[in-house]
Amino acid sequence: MTALDASGLGKRYRQRWALSDCTLQIPEGRVAGLVGPNGAGKTTLLHLAVGLLAPSAGTITVLGGEPASGPAQLAKVGFVAQDTPVYAGLSVADHLRLGAHLNPGWDAGYAQRRIDRLDLDPAQRAGKLSGGQRAQLALTLAIAKRPQLLILDEPVASLDPLARREFLQDLMEAVAEQGASVILSSHLVADLERVCDYLIVLAASRVQIADDVDALLASHHRLIGGRRDPASLPGDQEVVQASHTDRQSTMIVRTSQPVLDPAWTVEQLSLEDLVLAYMSQAANGHRSTRPTLEAQR
Amino acid sequence: MIWLTWRQFRTQAVAVWALVAAFGLLLLVTGPHLVTLYRDSSFAACRSNCGQAAGNFLNQLANDPPYHTVYLLGALLIILLPAVIGLFWGAPLLARELESGSFRLAWNQSVTRERWLAVKLGVLGLASMAVAGLLSLILGWWASPIDNAAGLAGTGGFQSRFFPLDFGTRGIAPIGYAAFAFVLGVLVGLMFRRTVLAMGITLAVLVAVQIAFPMVVRPHLITPVRETTALTAANIQGLGINQDGQLQNVFAQAPSVPGAWIISSQVTTSSGSTALGTVPQACQSQQGPNACFSALAQKNLNQAAVYQPANRYWTFQWIETGIYLTVAILLAWGCFWWVRRRLS
Repeated sequence: MTALDASGLGKRYRQRWALSDCTLQIPEGRVAGLVGPNGAGKTTLLHLAVGLLAPSAGTITVLGGEPASGPAQLAKVGFVAQDTPVYAGLSVADHLRLGAHLNPGWDAGYAQRRIDRLDLDPAQRAGKLSGGQRAQLALTLAIAKRPQLLILDEPVASLDPLARREFLQDLMEAVAEQGASVILSSHLVADLERVCDYLIVLAASRVQIADDVDALLASHHRLIGGRRDPASLPGDQEVVQASHTDRQSTMIVRTSQPVLDPAWTVEQLSLEDLVLAYMSQAANGHRSTRPTLEAQR
Repeated sequence: MIWLTWRQFRTQAVAVWALVAAFGLLLLVTGPHLVTLYRDSSFAACRSNCGQAAGNFLNQLANDPPYHTVYLLGALLIILLPAVIGLFWGAPLLARELESGSFRLAWNQSVTRERWLAVKLGVLGLASMAVAGLLSLILGWWASPIDNAAGLAGTGGFQSRFFPLDFGTRGIAPIGYAAFAFVLGVLVGLMFRRTVLAMGITLAVLVAVQIAFPMVVRPHLITPVRETTALTAANIQGLGINQDGQLQNVFAQAPSVPGAWIISSQVTTSSGSTALGTVPQACQSQQGPNACFSALAQKNLNQAAVYQPANRYWTFQWIETGIYLTVAILLAWGCFWWVRRRLS
């Protein structure tokens, strides 16, 4: 079973497509990072996955079911929305009570231990919590309902670097303990690099690429050599990004084969370089000949 | 879900219930003495033709300050109650969730948003109807001696409960208003997603409906009784003359039908025309009003009254409550539709 399976998925707001032609399978058991610039459609995709939005085109199933189709489906998916909304007037303890009342699978012991460990005062009103504490409270609510899939929309966006690191570390520990799949979004690759084993690049309302991080790193190379027309490369080497000086060409290519041409110096790419290459390709309106870059297996 | 609904609602609930409880206490303190006054009055002992005794009783109360003040305060409270419920219970209920984004938290618990909405609408809707019903009940109990007397002779600032302004302050109609105002507030909040804006729009719609309904709809709920009687000199109160020297209209005292709601009263010719003809000679010379009114009465004019008799009061109460409750149910359906379609 896939954690998330989208086919031709699109969402239109009046005239503008916030997400279009999104075909994507995220396997279960992964920590998938959804990365893309602001306004790329990350939130739209995640809201479609939890049923806060209904698709304008295509279909989406999450853990085999239609998002938010009933209490059973809702119980399977935990969601932490952007800006980690909580009820400002309710105390931390009230939030735990809320979770216990509204979720049949609620793990009260876990929630209480987590709040204790995070040093959150149960009597504190949620509106008075710091951004990091609020994010932790929202995460506690989402994890303690024991979901099979946890979806987080820019959970660390409002946190300082130290809080970011702690939050993500804590998230990973909790997920490892429970064996849940995770999808989390960010516009910063650095946030995701440390925790994700699967990456989806979303830019210009489209999925640019989606694959295992290891497979992505193995199949992308930076080629540096004498000036060349990108069209002259072998057919199995797909150019993601090319830049030229008078005498030199630098290209980022994707290929499943080793690059054997001795004219090139071949360099490994970092995940950040790779994501940036796809983002700038999308920003330049460069469309790949392949409609969606499905993972090659 | 009921726990969460109550937890979020309790402050507003306590505020409104405390207001009603405080007023109820005022009624409890003043009520027994009002009953004593009534028992001691000639009106209580009266068995037939009690108009005069009823009038005396009301005039006695009018000179006894707390009773008229409490009577007016009660009417004011129960007229304002639907607005308070619509503005402070209805409008913020969902608008605040949408504004703060907390609906995303609520909608991702293991409860469908339909159930979430149903519980919220159910709990607060019933609380709205209960508070309006209770206020109407205790006010009706307190004012029953006054209402009985005012049904026979409206005087001293007390009016029949069938009068447009008083109709909505008694009986079961306030329950309908409260349900309508609450669901209206919820739907407006859902549509506009801003608490303050939703409160403003809810108030505007409520005021418009509460003014328009008694003026435009209520008189026609049941075909009113039209009664034509011969105009007597004693009934005439004045006359109007137009530029052509013709009789424009004659003002006459409304027919006295105890407890009825007089919708209109007009002087016409015997054939029913409103063109009343020439002004009698007696009215043009300085002979005084009595001579003029006698001359007018001799023109064989009729007084056509349109009214709803007192025995239709409860029928009107049930019809009006039914209409408001039906609209409230339709609006509630609109809330479900909006949550399902527009917010996804």
